[in-house]
Amino acid sequence: MTTIFGVPAAALYGQILIGLINGSFYALLSLGLAVIFGLLNVINFAHGALYMLGAFTAWLGLQYFGLNYWAALVVVPIVVGLFGIVIERLALRRISGLDPLYGLLLTFGLTLVIEGLFRYWYGSSGQPYAPPPQLTGGVNLGFMFLPIYRGWVVIASVIVCFATWYVIERTRLGAYLRAATENPALVKAFGINVPLLITLTYAGGVALAGFAGVLAAPIYQVSPLMGSNLIIVVFAVVVVGGMGSILGAIVTGYLLGVLEGLTKVFYPPASAIVIFVVMAVVLLVRPAGLFGRGD
Amino acid sequence: MTTTTSAPAAPAKIASGRSGELLTALGVLALLLAAPFLFYPVFVMKVLCFALFAAAFNLLIGFVGLLSFGHAAFFGTGAYIAAHAAKVWHLDPLVAVVLGGLGGGVLGLAVGFLAIKRKGIYFSMITLALSQMVFFIAVQAPFTGGEDGIQGIPRGHLFGFIDLNEPLPMYGFVLAIFVFGMFALWRIVHSPFGQILKAIRDNEARAISLGYDVARYKLIAFVISAAVAAAAGGAKSLVFQLASLTDITWQMSGEVILITLLGGIGTILGPVVGAVIVITLENYLATLDVPVTVLIGGIFVACVLLFRRGIVGEIEHWLARR
Repeated sequence: MTTIFGVPAAALYGQILIGLINGSFYALLSLGLAVIFGLLNVINFAHGALYMLGAFTAWLGLQYFGLNYWAALVVVPIVVGLFGIVIERLALRRISGLDPLYGLLLTFGLTLVIEGLFRYWYGSSGQPYAPPPQLTGGVNLGFMFLPIYRGWVVIASVIVCFATWYVIERTRLGAYLRAATENPALVKAFGINVPLLITLTYAGGVALAGFAGVLAAPIYQVSPLMGSNLIIVVFAVVVVGGMGSILGAIVTGYLLGVLEGLTKVFYPPASAIVIFVVMAVVLLVRPAGLFGRGD
Repeated sequence: MTTTTSAPAAPAKIASGRSGELLTALGVLALLLAAPFLFYPVFVMKVLCFALFAAAFNLLIGFVGLLSFGHAAFFGTGAYIAAHAAKVWHLDPLVAVVLGGLGGGVLGLAVGFLAIKRKGIYFSMITLALSQMVFFIAVQAPFTGGEDGIQGIPRGHLFGFIDLNEPLPMYGFVLAIFVFGMFALWRIVHSPFGQILKAIRDNEARAISLGYDVARYKLIAFVISAAVAAAAGGAKSLVFQLASLTDITWQMSGEVILITLLGGIGTILGPVVGAVIVITLENYLATLDVPVTVLIGGIFVACVLLFRRGIVGEIEHWLARR
């Protein structure tokens, strides 16, 4: 059996894969947070709850409407996005222009309500969600065994992250969005409907969270609290990466995921806190974050 | 973005000024002296502990403009240290609470040193992340007892002869800690040091240009806040004879924010009023069918959307305008 630094190679590759999968979720969620923060100046605490809502919607769809995985992958982000539109129009809009801390508090309250309701309806235990038949099983890559679904999660999240980056950095809509981030008043004066743009941005950001939720459903159990523990780690990822750059958010997400996986191999007790330790070190060495522009 | 709006609610001057504050304080004290005869003492003691915890948190958000989302780390650390000191080291209950406060202060020094490197929303995220790290350490560390927590903490004998297992002496002990903590915070807010904190809150750039070492002032305020929060946690662990993971979760950090927000950020009395309401709600609605978190979340949303000054803040605002 081959070993690397005294660790069986298969275990090492296995943990790197798990790290990549966790990193996929960090990247998808921190990307959404960064996009929303850019335009709305709100740190969306409810992001974790909306990720959970995505997973639950997929599970409920399968349970009651026979909505299969592939359909859920399309329908659920739309449903979560629509829910986001309601949140933005009814609540976030009313506090725009106030200190961003109020946005954090408001979305924190929403998180408690959403999670509390789901815990009330479905209990704290997880619900299993089977991966689609096309993606079950695994392939032997020679150096490790790769469960197909896990490979698919990494590929799908990379594609979606890249697509989001492309829309923001390379299309006309993205140009409007970036301009509105810099100077909303001026963009409004050019005749662009900035309030609509804000609503759509929030919907798009939370749709990413919903999409991540569907991806996560077959891997983790679908449970009401699956989002809140994740969101705190994602906050640390955002502090490490800095929210100035879309690409930075994506890269930081994957990097920290892999680092977490590696820690699980070499020193398991520290794996739960390694990302926070990295955050502390980054704050000491480069307070603005790896890709940050300061605040 | 941080210079002009960092204070969610500037404290309105009470029309009658300092004598009014003194009268209010005496009134509250009289109420608290009568409270154990009117209500269940453990309930009032719980309110006192959470009011002090919220008042410590309020020192940061209300008077320096820093929203800490990780204050449960200090509350919980204080609870664990006081519990350990009382149960394993058999120390005097007062010494246990003081040790808890000191431990929280040391942790506050480390967390604050990192967190004040960023401002505004990042400060909140950093404190939340670091408190989650403290939580994970508490889950794994042997002396916290993991999921079980530290149970059956002896309340002991204060100064060796006052038996705190009796409800009234225990109430007096907690009330003394509360009054001392509140008085200390009140003195700090009204001292020259407190004036500089408010200057930083209202206009950090100007405070820097006047030559104040803003980072140092923020850090000192953070350490004081953490230490008082930890002392409140220590007192709480003696009241319930239990220190557990609940004390150190992010939900607890959220709860202290809610207490302060509901009562009135930047007011002296706000945290007390907020604690009375939130603890009462939790106690009496625990039997209801609707989960408490949904209700708490709903109050959060209502506070942010409808009355950001909080109850005491709105009253002060109304009095000042009249």
